[in-house]
Amino acid sequence: MTAVDAPSETRGPGVDGPGPGSEWRPGLRESYLFDRNVIAEIQRAAREGIYDIRGFGAKRRLPHFDDLLFLGASVSRYPLEGYRERCATDVVLGTRFAKKPLELRIPVTIAGMSFGALSAPAKEALGRGATEVGTSTTTGDGGMTPEEREHSQTLVYQLLPSRYGMNPDDLRTADAIEVVVGQGAKPGGGGMLLGHKISDRVAEMRDLPKGIDQRSASRHPDWTGPDDLEIKIHELREITDWEKPVFVKVGATRTYYDVQLAVKAGADVIVVDGMQGGTAATQDVFIEHVGIPTMPATRLAVDALQELGMHRHVQLIVSGGIRSGADVAKALALGADAVSIGTAALIAMGDNSPEYEAAYRAIGSSAGFYDDWQAGRDPVGISTQDDELAARFDPVLGGRKIANYLRVLTLEAQTLARACGKSHVHNLEPEDLVALTLEAAAMARVPLAGTDWIPGSRPG
Amino acid sequence: MAVPVEEVGFEVVDLGEVPLRELNQRLHDLSREPGPPAWRILNPNGAHALACGIDADVEVEIQGHVGYYCAGMNKHATVGVHGNAGPGLAENMMSGRVVVDGNVSQSAGATGRGGLLVVHGDASARCGISMKGIDVVVGGSVGHLSAFMAQTGCLVVCGDAGEALGDSIYEARLYVRGTVAGLGADCVEKELRDEHRAQLAGLLEAAGVDADPDDFRRYGSARQLYNFRIDNAGAY
Repeated sequence: MTAVDAPSETRGPGVDGPGPGSEWRPGLRESYLFDRNVIAEIQRAAREGIYDIRGFGAKRRLPHFDDLLFLGASVSRYPLEGYRERCATDVVLGTRFAKKPLELRIPVTIAGMSFGALSAPAKEALGRGATEVGTSTTTGDGGMTPEEREHSQTLVYQLLPSRYGMNPDDLRTADAIEVVVGQGAKPGGGGMLLGHKISDRVAEMRDLPKGIDQRSASRHPDWTGPDDLEIKIHELREITDWEKPVFVKVGATRTYYDVQLAVKAGADVIVVDGMQGGTAATQDVFIEHVGIPTMPATRLAVDALQELGMHRHVQLIVSGGIRSGADVAKALALGADAVSIGTAALIAMGDNSPEYEAAYRAIGSSAGFYDDWQAGRDPVGISTQDDELAARFDPVLGGRKIANYLRVLTLEAQTLARACGKSHVHNLEPEDLVALTLEAAAMARVPLAGTDWIPGSRPG
Repeated sequence: MAVPVEEVGFEVVDLGEVPLRELNQRLHDLSREPGPPAWRILNPNGAHALACGIDADVEVEIQGHVGYYCAGMNKHATVGVHGNAGPGLAENMMSGRVVVDGNVSQSAGATGRGGLLVVHGDASARCGISMKGIDVVVGGSVGHLSAFMAQTGCLVVCGDAGEALGDSIYEARLYVRGTVAGLGADCVEKELRDEHRAQLAGLLEAAGVDADPDDFRRYGSARQLYNFRIDNAGAY
């Protein structure tokens, strides 16, 4: 929980919980390097002898879509009339090879989150909400549950290195297959589900004893490198008779090359997950120090597709820190075909809600700070396998909240697209954007606001 | 198989003339409608993804070498390869039987969840990696990191095993007749008791391999890495 650069006095309780803490007074100067959170983490490490494992995504401040602004229409462009003129939001994923591409009504999908990491009712709620608004959900590292299949009209089935629960029947009932190479929270890292979240059902699905720490491998067991991946994708297509779109998901690092190699390997859809992407259980050091942010990753992915002449032929989904319709619209303007949400979906369902403050305090956290998704003690009943806690979560109400939230994201994105004069959210383009900061201008490759300067694009 | 092969003959498919896609589709269609119970595939020429995804009680005999992922995710079928096989043979097999006369490349039987994989020759690295219930019998030797993170099922090696056998192993059982170049993290030799001899005898018989269970040694998990302890940091 080493927040990297937030002002220390605004920080929440450290890993030791909110107990009697120190208090800033004039004249007391806290070290920037060794602030209270750093002190707490050093002392926790000394006491426990194990790195900090937590959920959530990167907490440090990172260049993000907030650093971009839209240039609304004015004299040189004219806008569309809100509520009257249509601004379409549909997206088709998997047009390259699949016999049955996914046809989604909105360009926001639900990212892969496992049954195991999440409770069964939480998974059900994601399916209900996504189905209500016409988008997809995704399985996770733990296989597909019948409830998930039942409640998700469009379900993407992940093929992960662990292959927990993998079976050809589920592969054939899926609507798309996502080969997971990595995720933004931990590119190059494997998965982890700690023993206390391994219920009988989770253990059975994963063919492992109950109560042990389940490590997921970081590399696939039967392929290595892009040439093998191409053959692996071919096998998946053969097994499913070329019906399903095959996605390849990568954590954002060397995104330009990864995307080109994934295209070469035959992907229908590429998913790029930036370092803000969430996780159920990962070392804090991994979450905060590996990968690149979503905004530059989007730009690199689009560059790679455009250079190959495959932009819009191979669809691009970006994820990692998508919170609002503005984030959606900016990702699309940079060239993504859709975005995925994970952390925001959990929050929409009630994670970190002040409503549960007393319960969060009882487990040493506080609403707004809770990130111990690995611990299985989630008072909201989302990131747990405890039946009693999970029973607190109403999947019908949760589904309604997801649907509402997805609608708001879509409406907000449409609002911005109409303001830029676009009749489809996919018509948003980099030319509609400017950057507020030099770093965002350089990373997104749009001009610094009020200038025509894109750092690095030309001398001076 | 319901009907003995000798009585029905083989449906012969020559991959020199028929596209792989067409063959696999016909094999997949057997899960929905009845068709020939026995197939003979000619001229595989190292094709990848051959006979993968079958979900039917049929016999498929392949005359020649195959590439990657032959019989991948197999259910119920018996697939025989009269030749060598590339990487990922019978990966994630659910049930049925896959038998290779020759040698196989790495990751044979990877993540397999059931059924029996028999390799009469040698298997390369990572044989039985992440196995989840499959039984693998290798007549020859296996390469390094075999049974890496093996969860359940058995790996029987009649020859030798390479470095790091059973690294990070869970509950799978490993039986090796020859030498083991080295055991991986948390993998230890265990006593070969009568129940193991019986299991081993059954597997050898099912695989059609003539070997004496008493000549084997058993390896499995010390279960020291099941829950993280900093004292074991050197093993991670």
